[in-house]
Amino acid sequence: MQSIDLPLDPDVVASLSMGDMCELSGVLYTARDAAHKRMLEDAARGEALPIDVAGQVLYYVGPTPPKPGAVIGSAGPTTSGRMDAYTPRMLELGLTGMIGKGGRSPAVVESIARHRAVYFAAIGGTAALLAKRIKEVELIAYEDLGTEAIRRLVVERFPVVVAVDCRGKDIFAEGFKEFAR
Amino acid sequence: MRTIDAGEVTASIREMSIESNYHVDPAYVRKVEEAKAGETSSLGLMVLDQITENAALASAERVPYCQDTGVSIVFAEVGQDVRIEGGLLEDAINEGIRRGYRDGYLRGSVVNDPLRRVNTRDNTPAVIHYRIVEGDRLKLYFAAKGTGAENMSMARMLKPSDGREGVIRTIVDHVFNSGGNPCPPVLLGIGLGGSIEKAALQAKWALFRELGEPNPDPLVAELEEDILEAVNRTGVGPMGMGGDTTCIAVHVETYACHIGALPICVNVECHAHRHAEVVL
Repeated sequence: MQSIDLPLDPDVVASLSMGDMCELSGVLYTARDAAHKRMLEDAARGEALPIDVAGQVLYYVGPTPPKPGAVIGSAGPTTSGRMDAYTPRMLELGLTGMIGKGGRSPAVVESIARHRAVYFAAIGGTAALLAKRIKEVELIAYEDLGTEAIRRLVVERFPVVVAVDCRGKDIFAEGFKEFAR
Repeated sequence: MRTIDAGEVTASIREMSIESNYHVDPAYVRKVEEAKAGETSSLGLMVLDQITENAALASAERVPYCQDTGVSIVFAEVGQDVRIEGGLLEDAINEGIRRGYRDGYLRGSVVNDPLRRVNTRDNTPAVIHYRIVEGDRLKLYFAAKGTGAENMSMARMLKPSDGREGVIRTIVDHVFNSGGNPCPPVLLGIGLGGSIEKAALQAKWALFRELGEPNPDPLVAELEEDILEAVNRTGVGPMGMGGDTTCIAVHVETYACHIGALPICVNVECHAHRHAEVVL
């Protein structure tokens, strides 16, 4: 298990390999379908994005509403493939990492390798467990999107697996091979 | 003729929506626990551990197991000697969803329209299926269906010549191509026969069967076993990262069909298996 600080250091990204188990600590931003769509519409109009994604990590999540006294509700990853249409452009804007669940398209994997970025998989459905590792939450933009708004999170020892490393090795394309019978 | 107050329906739906989201089917968690013994992938084993740990935590702290608290699916079996008083059955069900998702701090995951896509904020409307049955009871089944798995569902019209082998191959290929998206280990609800919409409805209904109970028809039960074994040979594994545990159970429901047809639908259920039922 490797401990990794966020935002990601490029040397750390280079040292990660497909299948590595890591615990992330530091700052990341939430964004899923609607926030991606709106951010890239902003960018296409030449407007500034509500967050500078350069060097940052995005977590594909739409949490449940927090219970009284909690910083966040349950907060596990959503299916990353739905963000594939937006991801190459986000990587061009300097995004370094993503957290979600499930595989990425060949175009996204190639784009991750080209930009020396990394895609982490968190364990889908383990949302109560993952919420425990989120220590601070701040609403940043698109409040009208509700659960899909962009939030800044501070996480501690947030468990993930390196799913696509910066050399384009992809666990969702290769992981089954050893176990197929 | 027996009378049931619409308020009772609302209260039951509210309760089921909250409780099932906090406490996933314990039989599912037991099956995941049992699967650990046969899981040879260390990453897969870590995933299975996190799944059972998450189930215990969500239950103990009364928080949603998954942040995707699903689209609300309701099957209503209405006895033909029942009369609902005090409002429409459909409105009473949706009011229960509205209250449950609000009071239980569950996520509103429904948009009003597939094109306009404005979140309704209270998870209404539910997807409701009615059946008229004998008797003077109203039986309500509730499920919270997450979209990661629902999106990996599939309907297809096979040819009769594809036969049993074609059915197995279609399902195995489909689960393999779905990879980690539906959050394996999954439960497969399969509708075989009928028409395109009958197969889809049967596939959904199959998910409500007691987990791992075989179909009473031995021919169908054998097909369920063969599909389960074949899917678990794909190597997809927990969360699609490789391993031996891809599928927990297969439930097949069959229906008569046209001489020229072999409709099939696979409704995929994730490990967040949330369902409940009540008789009024």
